[in-house]
Amino acid sequence: MTKEVSAGMNVIVDTGCANLASVKFAVERLGYQVTITDNIELIQQADKVILPGVGSAKHAMANINAKNLVSVLQKLTQPVLGFCLGMQLMTESSTEGNKSSTEGKSDGLVPCLNLIPTKVEPLKAQGNRLPHMGWNTLSQISDHPVLKGISEGDYFYFVHSFAAPISEYTIASCEYGSKFSAAIAKDNFIGCQFHPERSSALGSKIIQNFLELGPQELVNL
Amino acid sequence: MLARRIIPCLDVKDGKVVKGIQFRNHEIIGDIVPLAQKYAEAGADELVFYDITASSDGRVVDKSWVSRIAEVIDIPFCVAGGIKSAADAKEILMMGADKISINSPALRDPELITRLADIFGQQCIVVGVDSFYNKEANAGKGEYQVYQFTGDEKRTKQTGWTTFDWIEKVVSLGAGEIVLNCMNQDGVRQGYDIVQLKQARAVCNVPLIASGGAGTMAHFSDVYQQADVDGALAASVFHKGVIAIKELKNYLKTQRIEVRPC
Repeated sequence: MTKEVSAGMNVIVDTGCANLASVKFAVERLGYQVTITDNIELIQQADKVILPGVGSAKHAMANINAKNLVSVLQKLTQPVLGFCLGMQLMTESSTEGNKSSTEGKSDGLVPCLNLIPTKVEPLKAQGNRLPHMGWNTLSQISDHPVLKGISEGDYFYFVHSFAAPISEYTIASCEYGSKFSAAIAKDNFIGCQFHPERSSALGSKIIQNFLELGPQELVNL
Repeated sequence: MLARRIIPCLDVKDGKVVKGIQFRNHEIIGDIVPLAQKYAEAGADELVFYDITASSDGRVVDKSWVSRIAEVIDIPFCVAGGIKSAADAKEILMMGADKISINSPALRDPELITRLADIFGQQCIVVGVDSFYNKEANAGKGEYQVYQFTGDEKRTKQTGWTTFDWIEKVVSLGAGEIVLNCMNQDGVRQGYDIVQLKQARAVCNVPLIASGGAGTMAHFSDVYQQADVDGALAASVFHKGVIAIKELKNYLKTQRIEVRPC
């Protein structure tokens, strides 16, 4: 499959996390080229920026700080998509502290990138086993362009113990003991709590929707 | 609602997918990557690849097939076999695996579980437990016992752990998921060991995956309904075409078990 490639490019921000290869392969399976990088200029010039992540917010924010990427990411105006921990990093803060994003304990507040005004908290699983691991359904799906073709009841792959609550920035929700944000968005920033790169054909659809967004498409949502 | 997972398991030996009966006499099933792709397309929820020679041989194993799998499949997958250190785990995860599973190395060095969970997150650290029901043990009352080095029949040996004590121990050390291989049932298609899995469920507050014994579609509904496991792993019924995943999921739906449609 060949695509019309513009002068710009797609980048995956090298957050030092382990799932970079699977995100890259998912983009490449759709016929797009993508570069994994922590180079400030490449990130700034990209058409689309993907912010992946697994592990702990503290560890990932420490990496982002060490690479001087905080203000770079905050000033991006092109579409940016965060996956899982990458979504959580887009919020004001996470309570997960030193623990991994999948452990239901909190022992400190980690300031995040503050791109979408909501806060990540322990998942209120109401006695369900943690981590919330496996395929779960989406509900309350908004008409955000990144969710084009996704319907209520479609399954996506989740692995986490922390989540963003339902808020005005929620564009899709999920339920595991209680409702939480499966996806959030504000302006050019979009985050998915699930892993689109591991969510079969529907996950690929979301990545494709993102890569096909026009540069101005998110401006006046 | 969270779906119950169907997990084909591909035993890998010298770069080929193989299958044995009660962990013995392996026959070659086929090449890894096309089989992985076939199962992902057929509606599997996750895949597990066990390099069954690695731990028992003590050799460095070529794991380049991990990234070849990550390139083609779009569902989560776990790699097991010969992962003894954080460096081994990092290599596998960087190649695109979502989880790593440890078994014999965890028995030798239980703190390894904690070290891996601290670095990579609890979600990607699976502990595989090979459990054998010994009728003579416990003064003739019978006991579930943990075995080690089950990939090589000459080196397979009993450990000092009973199965449920070991599960509690590894969960307390930071395991994010348990795969319980019931060795008496392996490859003989007589059904999952519901009695054992129910007891394991009671001491396991992280996801629990049943392994060993699947022969019919009813065996899957039994294990979800009676032992409340999060996933069920099977090999020969899928490799030999005894059960098609789509048909299995349709059947489970009629049994009111939550599954992801193919």
